[in-house]
Amino acid sequence: MAEPGEQLAVPKVDIEAKIPRRPRKQRRWGKFWVDTFWAYTFLLPTLAVLGVFVFYPVLKALSLSFYEWDMISPNPKWVGIGNYTDLLQDDLFWKSLGNTFYYVIGSVPITIVIALAIALLLNSKINFRGLFRLAYFMPYITSTVAITMVWRWLYHDRFGLFNYILGLFDIDMVRWLMDPKWAMPAVIILSIWRHLGYDVVIFLAGLQNIDEEVYEAARVDGAEGWQLFRYITWPLLSPTTFFILIISIIGSFKVFTEIFVLLPGGGPLNSAMTAVYYVYEKGFGEWQMGYASAAAYVLFFIIFAFTLVQMYVARRRVHY
Amino acid sequence: MKNPGVKRSIIYALLIAGAIAMLMPFFWMVTTALKTPPEATTMPPVWIPEVLQWSNFVEAWNTAPFARYFLNSFFISITCTVLEVITAILAAYAFAKMQFFGKNVLFVILLGTMMIPGEVLLIPNFLTLSKLGWINTYKALIIPWIASVFAIFLVRQFFMTIPEELWEAARIDGCSRLRYLFQIMVPLAKPAIVTIALFKFIGSWNAFLWVLIMTNTSAMRTVPVGLSFFVSDVGTDYHLLMAASTFAMLPVLIIFLAAQKQFIQGIARVGIKG
Repeated sequence: MAEPGEQLAVPKVDIEAKIPRRPRKQRRWGKFWVDTFWAYTFLLPTLAVLGVFVFYPVLKALSLSFYEWDMISPNPKWVGIGNYTDLLQDDLFWKSLGNTFYYVIGSVPITIVIALAIALLLNSKINFRGLFRLAYFMPYITSTVAITMVWRWLYHDRFGLFNYILGLFDIDMVRWLMDPKWAMPAVIILSIWRHLGYDVVIFLAGLQNIDEEVYEAARVDGAEGWQLFRYITWPLLSPTTFFILIISIIGSFKVFTEIFVLLPGGGPLNSAMTAVYYVYEKGFGEWQMGYASAAAYVLFFIIFAFTLVQMYVARRRVHY
Repeated sequence: MKNPGVKRSIIYALLIAGAIAMLMPFFWMVTTALKTPPEATTMPPVWIPEVLQWSNFVEAWNTAPFARYFLNSFFISITCTVLEVITAILAAYAFAKMQFFGKNVLFVILLGTMMIPGEVLLIPNFLTLSKLGWINTYKALIIPWIASVFAIFLVRQFFMTIPEELWEAARIDGCSRLRYLFQIMVPLAKPAIVTIALFKFIGSWNAFLWVLIMTNTSAMRTVPVGLSFFVSDVGTDYHLLMAASTFAMLPVLIIFLAAQKQFIQGIARVGIKG
């Protein structure tokens, strides 16, 4: 077995290999059931919490999504798939899904490309690598609310730093948070800045996993520069890239806090209304518990699809 | 690019430019926090304030109940972290070292829960907590968060590398299971436990949506939620807003700087998405 953490590059679900089967010969029935008792005693706190706050609500949300309920009337009213058909006709719901996809497509690929470039630079023989890594990583670790406040200020129409910099290049001021056209890009730029460091750290780990001998062999064969990247680094790094891609997509689908702080209410003309924000509005703004649950379940299925893709590929990943 | 010196200079130039872009918002935050209101709202911007207005921090601190927010945040984050570490150690031990009825099925089910986005659970959990009368209490902010499948998985992986002979030897010496777990296994699994504790603390400190929904008075708010309400207290006084943002992010930054190595290794190993 490798380093304890190392085999965890992705939490691979490989049950068969990792849980040794019970050696049948030596086990006595009595001992097995005594162990079972103790094991469940150890698991009790975990199972109790997950039972009440994960297993029960995941089913409860599904059942709620077939009811209409405002939390005031005593009994929820059964509406069948009514909430789902209503969702299909709700322009705001479609808009929120569209905005969410816009956010995912706008932020994820750019973040990955920039992060890979930075990781490659950091992976070359340079000094102060730790210091650089620290600088790139700091945005990721800080409180989303606090740092988004700072960006609200950076985006300020008249006194924000961004419009000042644009002004230096004689570019007209952009009304970042007031203009429906610019609200989503504003969130995307913030998001790229904030998540870059996370991707850099994972890419660096992936790069350091590539054996130096592979490069030497390629150099002997006359490969250099771009060819080394194209034929060695990129293919050997592809499991890492894929992992980052899926994890970022799943995370991006859930964007909420940045928008809540940067564009309260979902931005001008709902231009930054995203799926989770929509669920929040319907549930805790309008108290439509059933309708909000249906919207949450649609989001769940979208995220679930991506998770399945990740698991499928993770299983067939190259091991090295 | 044949000249290695030129190449290195370009690499440094790119990295430094990038680092400046990354750190610039932090710089902008701190300088704004130290400006007078007229200095904060001038174009072209004042980069370094004439006289550093340290009193802005005091004023921001006193404008909203930040002492209470910090107390809440510390209490909730520390309690969550300690309890999660304990539940994770117990569960991980059962999965790593014990044979019991339904083990494999249970483990797969637990791993399956990692695929459920927490946002789906918000509404039913809100209803449950309302029914329990826990809304706006510490219980609502702590209890649902003290079990993490991810933490269990990580500690279990570590426990599995510890040879079984150690337990056999300890048992012969008359050591009980619990004592063996906490006195021998836990110290051996310290790297994994430090990793989950760090991530839990920072995760709890930064948690937002849950706290926003489950609390309704300022006495129960944590620092991030309190800060988001601070906007309505100070409106457009950006020097105060930046002062508050600065001290709001300080505790996590300090912990991160102190435990940077464990942190970055933890992310590199398992790719934890906060």
